[in-house]
Amino acid sequence: MASSKRTPAQTEQKSVWERMGDHWQLYLMLSVPLILTIIYKYVPMYGIQIAFRDYKSVRGMWGSEWVGLKWFQRFFSSPNCIRMIKNTILLSFYSLLWSFPIPIILSLAINQLRFKRFKRSVQTILYAPHFISIMVVCGMLRIFLSPSGGLINLIAGTGIDFLSEASAFRTIYIASGIWQDAGWGIIVYMASLANVDVSQYEAAKIDGASLFQRIRYIDLPELVPQIVLMLIMSAGNLMNVGFEKVFLLQTDLNKATSDVIAVYVYQQGIEHAKYSYSTAVGLFNTVVNVILLIIVNKITSKISEDVSFV
Amino acid sequence: MGKKKKTGQLHGLSDRTSDIILVVICLIIVFLVAYPLYYVLVASVSNPYDVYAGKTFLLPSGFTLDGYKAVFADKSIITGFLNSIKYTVVGTVFSVVMIYLSAYPLSVKNLPGRKFISIFFIITMYFGGGLMPTYLVVRDTGLIDTIWAMFLPGGVAVGNMIIVRNFFEHSIPKEMIEAAEIDGCSKWTTFIKIVVPLSKSIMAVMVVFSMVAYWNDWFTALIYLPGKENAPLPLVLRNILIKSSASASQAGMISGGYAELSKLTEMIKFSSVIVAALPMLIIYPFVQKYFEKGMMAGAVKG
Repeated sequence: MASSKRTPAQTEQKSVWERMGDHWQLYLMLSVPLILTIIYKYVPMYGIQIAFRDYKSVRGMWGSEWVGLKWFQRFFSSPNCIRMIKNTILLSFYSLLWSFPIPIILSLAINQLRFKRFKRSVQTILYAPHFISIMVVCGMLRIFLSPSGGLINLIAGTGIDFLSEASAFRTIYIASGIWQDAGWGIIVYMASLANVDVSQYEAAKIDGASLFQRIRYIDLPELVPQIVLMLIMSAGNLMNVGFEKVFLLQTDLNKATSDVIAVYVYQQGIEHAKYSYSTAVGLFNTVVNVILLIIVNKITSKISEDVSFV
Repeated sequence: MGKKKKTGQLHGLSDRTSDIILVVICLIIVFLVAYPLYYVLVASVSNPYDVYAGKTFLLPSGFTLDGYKAVFADKSIITGFLNSIKYTVVGTVFSVVMIYLSAYPLSVKNLPGRKFISIFFIITMYFGGGLMPTYLVVRDTGLIDTIWAMFLPGGVAVGNMIIVRNFFEHSIPKEMIEAAEIDGCSKWTTFIKIVVPLSKSIMAVMVVFSMVAYWNDWFTALIYLPGKENAPLPLVLRNILIKSSASASQAGMISGGYAELSKLTEMIKFSSVIVAALPMLIIYPFVQKYFEKGMMAGAVKG
């Protein structure tokens, strides 16, 4: 056999080193993103150890004194600790509870629209808020919720300062979250619904199924794997409340419900330069998050055997 | 026979009714989504006293463009606007290049270590060092108050990278890549001459996603860019929208005293919302069909 040309079988027999040599340009391409990832993602992960040290700038991340669980003890004995944990969990949980089903329902409804043009226009408009900065959304919220002349107060004929009411904070947070992201959330579901075979609708129609029945028995089952996946992903972020919005909507008067761990981590770390303490609180938050992710993954994998995560 | 016809009609009717119900529901939802933006748009060209008196639910009252004039006369807003453009352009180029550099090699099926490297990237989606360790690394690498801090610490947008990788795997014919390599193209030439031109649609999606992310980002700047002259637009707006404070340059422009100043402050709130939101709202409809497809590639089974 000609030595200049390898058969496919021989190509497979190439050693790993040879194959790596063939691909050296690809590794060179990968090297830039890899180095960045190592420096700015993995080095900070290793740097989490300052949660167990007393970080001093002069001694650096690896040379500062080891203090064990001191910062965790301080956090758990701080007066607002329970309130922050509770607020974080409740805000995320209610948020998930209200925001999660809405894109599903929306996509089921929009998918059944029969006028193509109208359907596309609806989708376009629903995506719009996703493209607006949270800063701008919070600015709009402040305009709408203003006690004097804000839109909500004008409509309701009242003069309530909503952002000073601790009881209103969660509603504001969740409702604005739905406004901003429910439309965007339909994309993944619409993608799954695009897989539905149209002839199934025809068959169901002939059998006399109503629109609601068609949605219930044809569309919804198609969405289940995607719903489970999205649920797992949301659960993994349960403790990652949208820091930005809470930070921007927090006032001294609504702290009873708006005081969450993420904002505290920012304030302690960036504003008060308590690097180690802030890292410890953040780490606690991450650990709870991972535990939740595992629990939800266990539960959902029982519900749906064919969807596995990672 | 007659009965059959009747049920047929009944279903036709119920279909039409349900169509109408659906359309009405969708119209209500569209209204709920669009009205807040419309209201701010109307308010931005109205007299703020009329806005607060509730005269501008549908149409402007006391039409004026003073709010926009004030926005474009405000030095800090202009600086922020220019900074945002700078960060968005450089960041988008950087981000798309990073996504491509990592997505293409990882889409090559027989690349040794492919799976390991993929996982190496994916882990960073779920775990991270947290705020302060990352801040310290960024500080120690000397990025504070430089434009690099806006995008280097973000590294690769892994979620987007996976979408692009899936696109390469499924939508670029293997034969073309093989043919190019048999013709003597190196891996790099194949990438530049074949893969990049064939993936324009997904590139458009990545460009838009990155643009939106950088245009709207303010938190990165809040932590890493403490210098006032480096603040992007959303961070500048924080003073106007969230802290409700008039900037010195606004105060200097006004001769009519406090009432005039507060009137102008209110107008600037409305018009700055529009100025900040409009660029992205104009751009995204053009690539809507692409990002819908792109997300489809990232959906289950992708």
